[in-house]
Amino acid sequence: MAELVSLEDGVANVVKDGDSVALEGFTHLIPFAAGHEVLRQGRRNLELIRMTPDILYDQMIGVGAARKLVFSYGGNPGVGSLHRFRDAIEHNWPHAIEVEEHSHAGMANRYVAGASKLPFMVMRGYTGTDLVKHTNVKTIVCPFTAEKLMAVPALNPDVAIVHAQEADREGNVQLWGIPGVQKEAVLASERSLVTVERIVEKLEPRPGGVVIPGWVIDYVAEAPGGSQPSYSLGITERDNDFYREWDVISRDRAQFLDWMGLHALNAHPTATPISA
Amino acid sequence: MSTATEQTGYTTGELQTIVAARSLTGKRSCFIGVGRPSTAALLARMVHNPKLVLVYESGTIGAKPHRVPLSIGDGELAETADLVVSVPEMFNYWIGTGQVQVAFLGAAQVDRHANLNSTVIGDYDHPKTRLPGAGGAPEIATGCQEVVVIAPHGKRTFVEQLDFTTTRGDRTTLVITDLGVLEPRDGELTLTTLHPGVTVEQVREATGWELRTLDNLAVSAAPTDEELAALRELVSR
Repeated sequence: MAELVSLEDGVANVVKDGDSVALEGFTHLIPFAAGHEVLRQGRRNLELIRMTPDILYDQMIGVGAARKLVFSYGGNPGVGSLHRFRDAIEHNWPHAIEVEEHSHAGMANRYVAGASKLPFMVMRGYTGTDLVKHTNVKTIVCPFTAEKLMAVPALNPDVAIVHAQEADREGNVQLWGIPGVQKEAVLASERSLVTVERIVEKLEPRPGGVVIPGWVIDYVAEAPGGSQPSYSLGITERDNDFYREWDVISRDRAQFLDWMGLHALNAHPTATPISA
Repeated sequence: MSTATEQTGYTTGELQTIVAARSLTGKRSCFIGVGRPSTAALLARMVHNPKLVLVYESGTIGAKPHRVPLSIGDGELAETADLVVSVPEMFNYWIGTGQVQVAFLGAAQVDRHANLNSTVIGDYDHPKTRLPGAGGAPEIATGCQEVVVIAPHGKRTFVEQLDFTTTRGDRTTLVITDLGVLEPRDGELTLTTLHPGVTVEQVREATGWELRTLDNLAVSAAPTDEELAALRELVSR
């Protein structure tokens, strides 16, 4: 049964230096508060896994927390580049990072294999692209039809951290809206922390609701506004203006570090959402 | 972006969006990313094809946004969708199987076979410019039945040799630029349509390979008053 803890304790209990960590949330429900707490606790040498690194991993890479990045789309959605991600790869700043990239379909199927505790998943894809030479996929022949397919290896991170709208006191979690790969990430990982907008007495069924039972989650922590500047459908709104502002803040190394110091690294975890 | 000329009363960018919207006439469903493709698909629903099903890779199927979304995961997409599915379901059940008829894609580089690069400019291990990467494009381009590429026409984009092949061009049926339309003929992109006022020389000059050209080139119809008014109203929301 998931234990209800503070955000600080939840992060301290699951993330250690050197871990492979998946903070998931596909544009929606991105666990910013938990990611910032990882940084405040000074965790380093992390293998950061996320389909869409987004602003959160731009920040984590930019302060030097990442050893490796596993991803499928490293852009600021609708705005342009992630400048800290680019600076790390193009200029090794603040240090070089190892990169392993896939397509979205590849990453999604890697999580499915991980959640299924299978060694790999099969799919049609990658064939005829240069991705094959630069990532870890292998062709496989279907034993029934002899069709050549692509095998993608399971993703089983040490830690999954996701954000959801609600949990009850037993640590059962419900999220709704765009569900991304959060359920798969939690089931695929060794340890897990779910941050939520609010703790409720009873989870009410929601259209499209995804319930993750408390008995597959290690820790649940309340973190209101914890997905800002992304959003938690029905509770907070995506701060599109901040996504545009980030393009300016993150272009310059010094300005980026100043911003991080002020809004993420030294901020109290229960402070108002960073974009307020 | 492009400026309106006093002669035409519309910009080349507006025309590009309108030509892309027209290409969705009679289509059942379209997979779209953000930016111009999204604007074009919303315009198509307003003017050319009210029943068009919009599919965003965030898992929102049948989304009916009022405003052009900034990201593929904006809340309005989930709130207005017919169904919202997980990312694995999106790619395995809906994209990979050909359930979605048309896909709109963009890219930093396009070659003569409509292969696309959205990964790096320069060497992979030491890139001059690190681009966002594949995202959903590789499987969208091999899963959807028809691919429409929307890109600005210039030598930096239309190149002889891609720096990286992210996405295959086998299923590309149209490449819509701000100068005209290219279509595959015998396995190679060929100029088939010019936008009004554009010359073949202009298009050749903006293409990084020796561009094939149809003998009897079509000319895109200028935007109608209805199209232009709808587009301007849409982007003002």
